[in-house]
This record gives sequence, C-alpha cells and structure tokens, in this order.
Amino acid sequence: MRQPNSTTTREYLKPPITEVGVLGWIRQNLFNSWFNSLVTLLALYGLYVTILPLFKWAFVDSLWFSSADACRDIDGACWSIIPANARFIFFGFFPEDQQWRPLTAMILLFALVFYTQDRRSWNRALFPIWACGLVLMGWLMHGGLGLPVVETAKWSGLPLTLMLSLFGMVSAYPLGILLALGRRSKLPAIKSLCVLYIELIRGVPLISMLFMSSIMFPLFLPEGINIDKVLRAQVAIILFTAAYIAEVVRGGLQAIPNGQYEAADSLGLNYGQAMRLIILPQSLKIVIPPSVGILISAFKDTSLVVIIALYDVLKTTKVTLSNPKWMGSSTEAYLFLAVLYFIFCYAMSSYSRKLEKTLHTGH
Amino acid sequence: MTDKRIQQTPSSTDRPIIEIIGMHKWFGEFHVLSDINLHVLEKERIVICGPSGSGKSTLIRCINRLEEHQRGQIFVDGIELTNDIKNIEKVRAEVGMVFQHFNLFPHLTIVENLTLGPIWVRKMPKKEAEETAMMYLEKVKIAEQAKKYPGQLSGGQQQRVAIARSLCMNPRVMLFDEPTSALDPEMIKEVLDVMIDLAEEGMTMLVVSHEMGFAKRVADRVLFMDEGQIVEQNNPHDFFDNPQHERTKLFLSQIL
Ligand SMILES: Nc1ncnc2c1ncn2[C@@H]1O[C@H](COP(=O)(O)OP(=O)(O)O)[C@@H](O)[C@H]1O
Ligand SMILES: [Mg+2]
Repeated sequence: MRQPNSTTTREYLKPPITEVGVLGWIRQNLFNSWFNSLVTLLALYGLYVTILPLFKWAFVDSLWFSSADACRDIDGACWSIIPANARFIFFGFFPEDQQWRPLTAMILLFALVFYTQDRRSWNRALFPIWACGLVLMGWLMHGGLGLPVVETAKWSGLPLTLMLSLFGMVSAYPLGILLALGRRSKLPAIKSLCVLYIELIRGVPLISMLFMSSIMFPLFLPEGINIDKVLRAQVAIILFTAAYIAEVVRGGLQAIPNGQYEAADSLGLNYGQAMRLIILPQSLKIVIPPSVGILISAFKDTSLVVIIALYDVLKTTKVTLSNPKWMGSSTEAYLFLAVLYFIFCYAMSSYSRKLEKTLHTGH
Repeated sequence: MTDKRIQQTPSSTDRPIIEIIGMHKWFGEFHVLSDINLHVLEKERIVICGPSGSGKSTLIRCINRLEEHQRGQIFVDGIELTNDIKNIEKVRAEVGMVFQHFNLFPHLTIVENLTLGPIWVRKMPKKEAEETAMMYLEKVKIAEQAKKYPGQLSGGQQQRVAIARSLCMNPRVMLFDEPTSALDPEMIKEVLDVMIDLAEEGMTMLVVSHEMGFAKRVADRVLFMDEGQIVEQNNPHDFFDNPQHERTKLFLSQIL
C-alpha cells in the first residue's frame, strides 16, 4: 500500500461503500426487484417440497442398525443394509477370519497417502517408505511367511477397487509421461510408435480392453502359463489410462516456451536432465487440473471390472442386493456407494487444488 | 555513458577461442547466414550490430549449437561442433548465454537457478555451488533476492540473475543476445554496468546489441551484419567515425 505523500496534494479515497453482511447481500442479490423476489420465493418453495421429504426419509423415518425384517415396517430409508453386510461389501470373498488383513492394508495405504500429500515429505526417503509399505501391503493381502495364502481370485470389495485405481494411476502417470516425450521425439521410429499406441488405445473403450485382457490375451499364451486375472485387468487399466495421461502431458509440454529449452541446453544439461529438472516440473504443474480429471475418471472406471467377473466394491454391493432379504434397499445401497465414490473423488480434486497453490511461484 | 575506453588487454595467447570458417546456414529454403568467417581471440570483446532480421541472433546461437549450421566449420575452444551430442554439451558448458527474455527457470528460486548447472553439469557439491552462486549474486548486486522466485523480480534484476547464472558455470566465453532490449529504459544501465564489469575482468564476450555507448566503451571490435553476412568489422573508433560501407553508414545514421 502506498502512503499519502505529504508533499503532494493527491487525495487517497476509500473504495465506495456497499451494503455489507449477510442481510445486505441477500437484499442486493435475491430481493432487489419484485421479479427476483418472486423467483427467490418460488425457489425456496421448490426446495421445501423436495429437500424436506428427502431429509425425513433419510434421517427421521430411517433405520440404521436393524434387521432386514424391521425395515419392512418403516417409510424411511433402511440404511441397515450397509452395517449388516459391511464385511461382504468391503471385503467380498476374502476369508472372514482373515479380513483384518485387507483392513490393515487399507489403513496402511491411507496412512501412506496422507503422509505423501504433504509437500515437506517429498524427499529421498519417500521412495523407500513407499517400497516398504507396498511390500507390507502385498504380504498382508497375499499371505505367506506365516500368514495363510489368499488367492487373488478372492481379493474383492474396496481393497480391490483401491488397488486397481491406485496402481493404475501411479503406474499410468510415468508411462504417460514417457509416451508424451516419445510423441515429441525427433526419432521417427519412437515418435510413430507412440502416436500409434496413443491413438489405438484412445480409439477403444476400456471395456473392450478389459475383455481382451481376460479372454483374448490368454489365448496367445503358451499352454500352462497362467497370468493372474487381477494382474491382467490391472495392466489393461494402466495401459488405457496412460494413453490419456500422455495427451494431457503433451499439452503441458507444448505450453513451455522455447526459451526454457534453450536456457537448459545452453547450460549444458543433457536431455534427461533438462526434462527432469526444467521442463517436466513446469509442464506437470500446468496439467494438474486435467490430470486429476483423468485420474478421477480412471478411479470410477475401475468399476467396469465387474464385466470380467472381478468383485470390486460396486459388484459386492450388487451381490448383497441380490439377497432377497435386502432386495428392497437398493436405493440406500447405491446412495451409500455414491457417497463412498464421492469421498475419494472429492479428496482427489481438493488435493489437486491445494497442490496447485503450494506449487505456485508467482509468475 | 562516458567515452572513456577500457584499456585494451592484450590476449594472453593468440589462439582463437572461437573459429568460424566458411559457415552457411539455411532455415529450410532461406539462406540466413552466408559465408561467415570469424575468429575470436581469448579476452576479446565483440559487439555485433545490424538491422533486425540480419541474422545476428542466429550467428551467436550457432556458436553453442542452439542452431545447427549446414556448411563450414565452427570450433569452440578447439572442439568442432558436429552432431556429436557429447561435444555439444561440452561446448555448451564452456559457453554462457544470456537471452533477450532472460529465460530464468520460473519454478526455481534465484539461488536454485544459479546452482542447477554447477550441480548437474559440473557435479559440484551443493554447498559449494551455493557459495559460488551467492558470490556471483553479490557481484551482480542482487544477493538479497536469493530466496525469491524469478516472477517476483523486475526485468533488470532478472537479467542480472541470468548473467550470474551463466557465470556460475565459469564459462570461457559469454554470448549476449540483445540483453537490454526487453528492458525498461531505467533498468538498462544496471545490466550494462554488470556487463562492463565483466568486460573489465577480461571475459571473452560476444554481444549482440545496439547500445552504442557500451560498444564504444568496451568493444575491441564491432561487427556489422546485414542480410546474413558480416559486412564490415573494425575497432569501435573507426567503425563509428569512419564507416566504410554504404549499408553501415545508413544503419548508423538510423540508430544514432
Ligand atoms: N527458427 C527459424 N525458422 C525460420 N526462420 C527463422 C528462424 N529463426 C530466425 N529466422 C529468420 O532468420 C532471419 C534472421 O533471424 P535472426 O537471426 O533472429 O535476426 P536478428 O537477430 O539479426 O534480428 C530472420 O529473417 C528470421 O525471420
Ligand atoms: Mg535477434
């Protein structure tokens, strides 16, 4: 702020006063003419007739921890379907006495993600910490070394969803970056290979890639060799997401002015150093919003694995609903799923906004 | 700027540090540089001027291979510039470049901008690189900004940081491509002062610039380029007072 200078006669005026406070805002924006007042009142009435019954259904007339039979006699929501079937919805076919293992693995995963989201922990220690965490999670899920082995065919529910999406994102991102760099390569062979890959993958729906991975791919394998079904789906998701990431990252690379490449080159940095230290940090920062968009849709798309008979959290919920006892509570079950998915997606998108802010360097 | 010339320092050796022999360059069909021959001795200070589009930038960018030449030879410190990427990187590490638009790295702090080259190219320990960086920041009188980001600095400050960034690599030659022409008038002097200091310390410099006061004060030789050729070169005294070519006269009459 500039202070008035005593030697000049220049006047410094206050900004014009507007009506402040909630009431002022309401009067200015909602009731500033008879027409706006009418619209406001109509909208309020509309909310009254929709929200109120919904609220009554969800929270007043509802049951939260009851048996299926008790639900028959109420008008409200029967949320009891969730706690009553929580084990199956969350862990699917994982043996009941072993379900503490996926639970621990998920808690470990959340802890790692929470630790990583803080910019201050982005240092050399991060990589070994994740490596240890992943090994530990793998051991918890699969077993061996003292724990009974659980085949991947039994991995289901939320751990499966989280695993497919987390590994999908974490592996697709570097692969996508490599593809984007390849697509801008001066070597024609590498360039056309990357273009071909990106365009081919973007030309097919994820469903068909999942089908290919589960039905066609095994036909090409020699007799006796059997690659795990979950792994195949995982690879399909990675390959699919990477193609989309690649195009977004390429956009970010194009946004970097030539002067940055020239400055990096003229210092004598080699290609890898210039990319890693100068170009990628800037372009990846630019593409945070669209990347997170892709990651969010990749997260939701993992639910497509039902079509190759993997039981993610959506499928386990559906299985619960096929039980005649609970069949009537499908609205509640799907609402629960929606909230569950929303929590993860919202966390991702608000984190991306926070990250943009932390990485902003004022230019 | 005063007219007092810096005492000319005789070169320690007569070996040219830059040797350009019969060099041609095309952009597609466009013959942008034609038969360039130029020897630059160690500690020599050369100012290049000429009308816009005459190929001045392209010429100095060929010296660190930001542009590739198609015919003739370029030697820098005895190393020929060919497609050999290792040689190119070696030359680039020895040749500092300052751009018209500074080209600082906006995602790194000032001191990180300066230590990047020494750490990754020279493999200097971080601590030592930071000490060197602070020394050069003192030298360009901007040490107090070390922790800021380039976006928070004025143009003149950014250009001084850019010069310091090149100096941190301890280069044998410095190339300047119109270092003051993107600056507001009141900031030009602070950058030229830094460059004059550098010249006085005996840095080999090639400067594309229309700052005639600067040329008169520090240059050993002024080159005039037009349409991709070196039309005339002379010591600044004769170059400005007694130009030989019509095109030089015309150009000087326009800018003086
Ligand atoms: N990358 C490029 N591709 C094609 N033409 C170029 C390129 N860079 C420069 N030119 C052309 O080459 C000529 C010389 O450019 P330049 O060396 O930048 O001139 P100066 O620096 O003397 O103003 C100009 O006509 C310019 O349009
Ligand atoms: Mg130019």
